[in-house]
Amino acid sequence: MRVIARLDVKNEFVIKGIHLEGLRKVGDPNRLARAYYEAGIDEIVFIDAVASLYNRNNLFSVIRKASEEVFVPITIGGGLRNLADIEQALDAGADKVALNTAAIREPELIEKVAKRYGSQCVVASVQAKRTASGWEAYMETGREKTGLQVLDWVRRLQELGAGELLLTSVDQEGTKSGFDVPLVRAVNEAVSIPVIVSGGYGQPRHIADLLEVTEPSGLCFASVLHYKTTSVDALRKSIEVARASRVK
Amino acid sequence: MKNIVVLDYGLGNVRSVSNALRAIGASAEVSHDEATILRADGLIIPGVGAFPHGMANLVESGLIPVIRKYIESGRPVLGICLGMQLLFEKGTEFFSTDGLGLIPGTVSIIPILPNEGRLPHIAWTTIRPSEQGRETMFDGFSDKEMRFYFLHSYAATGVKTENLSATVSYLGHDIVAAVQNGNVWGTQFHPEKSGPSGLRVLQNIISSSDGQKL
Repeated sequence: MRVIARLDVKNEFVIKGIHLEGLRKVGDPNRLARAYYEAGIDEIVFIDAVASLYNRNNLFSVIRKASEEVFVPITIGGGLRNLADIEQALDAGADKVALNTAAIREPELIEKVAKRYGSQCVVASVQAKRTASGWEAYMETGREKTGLQVLDWVRRLQELGAGELLLTSVDQEGTKSGFDVPLVRAVNEAVSIPVIVSGGYGQPRHIADLLEVTEPSGLCFASVLHYKTTSVDALRKSIEVARASRVK
Repeated sequence: MKNIVVLDYGLGNVRSVSNALRAIGASAEVSHDEATILRADGLIIPGVGAFPHGMANLVESGLIPVIRKYIESGRPVLGICLGMQLLFEKGTEFFSTDGLGLIPGTVSIIPILPNEGRLPHIAWTTIRPSEQGRETMFDGFSDKEMRFYFLHSYAATGVKTENLSATVSYLGHDIVAAVQNGNVWGTQFHPEKSGPSGLRVLQNIISSSDGQKL
């Protein structure tokens, strides 16, 4: 299982909020990316936290620099609207693009990107919020309802050619109270492409709680790494321990 | 300083590969120009995408004779991911397509059943080097350092023992991870995205022709 650092970037700062709201500055994205690389991170995801709202793309210069100093896969998301934006993102040095709002507005975009650059480069980002009967997909950084049922939507995304899913629980995001385990299980069972889970990690027992039920392909960590409450090594250890205890 | 050309044939993560080369102290040039390629100290064929598309681009760009000429120079050629797959005789992605035929073998989908697990194989996986691989591509590596980033659904099959540098196990399937045939090298994993271990693989391959470290 991949250990992934997620850096939500606003202007030139990494920021962190709760439920994708109430953003606070935590540091320089390139400095953090370098530190995580040196600590042995498997992958880095940069999300432009405001581009989707204001139609801006200011993450490209961060990506350009990161790709010169960080030799692990880099994903960029937030505010990518069309093939031209995506081409620019890949040119800047990203290996994959994460698409949410644009994919909801124009699902065929996933297909177009997969055809042109290959499925491996298309990460469908899904922001899920609990409802009475399941989960609804949200867009515009977790602010806008879409009316799409998450489980229907992820199956559709797979059909369209998404190579991976980045599944964020809007309810759990930033709370440090654990992953949305039923959500992860339901999505993991609904699709056969890799699922990366983001939102909710606070302590090692949360990894054990998740792995007891289902195993995604990767886990994203943000504030616990940014604030140094844990380390890449410690997270890897927690995964190993959780796996070992599950086998018993 | 060694000058390495990253082959530009309209496919692949050329920037990532050039950045990795610069990080190990080589100079990197992305090019499809014959004279530039033939002057280089090493040639890298990157590649992300589908086999037929990759091969079609190579044919259309007229680069195949240039690659063959370059190989005769004895200097190292490295194919990465799809770039490695194109080195084989044939690919079966979508339909059967002839490859460059530089290494015997066929590229086929990894035979994972839907109930066994997921494709693509996107993961950091620890490889098992062959005896030959241990002395060449992975020279100086400890067991712990043999962890690399993979991203693929297809893999080489029917590879001869003497060409096999490493294998990797995914869901119980033994998959070809790295190959070598003389000065032609291939990695199914992405050395440019595999952290310090990946950079060392690049270094080992680049210094293979004359033993000179960068």
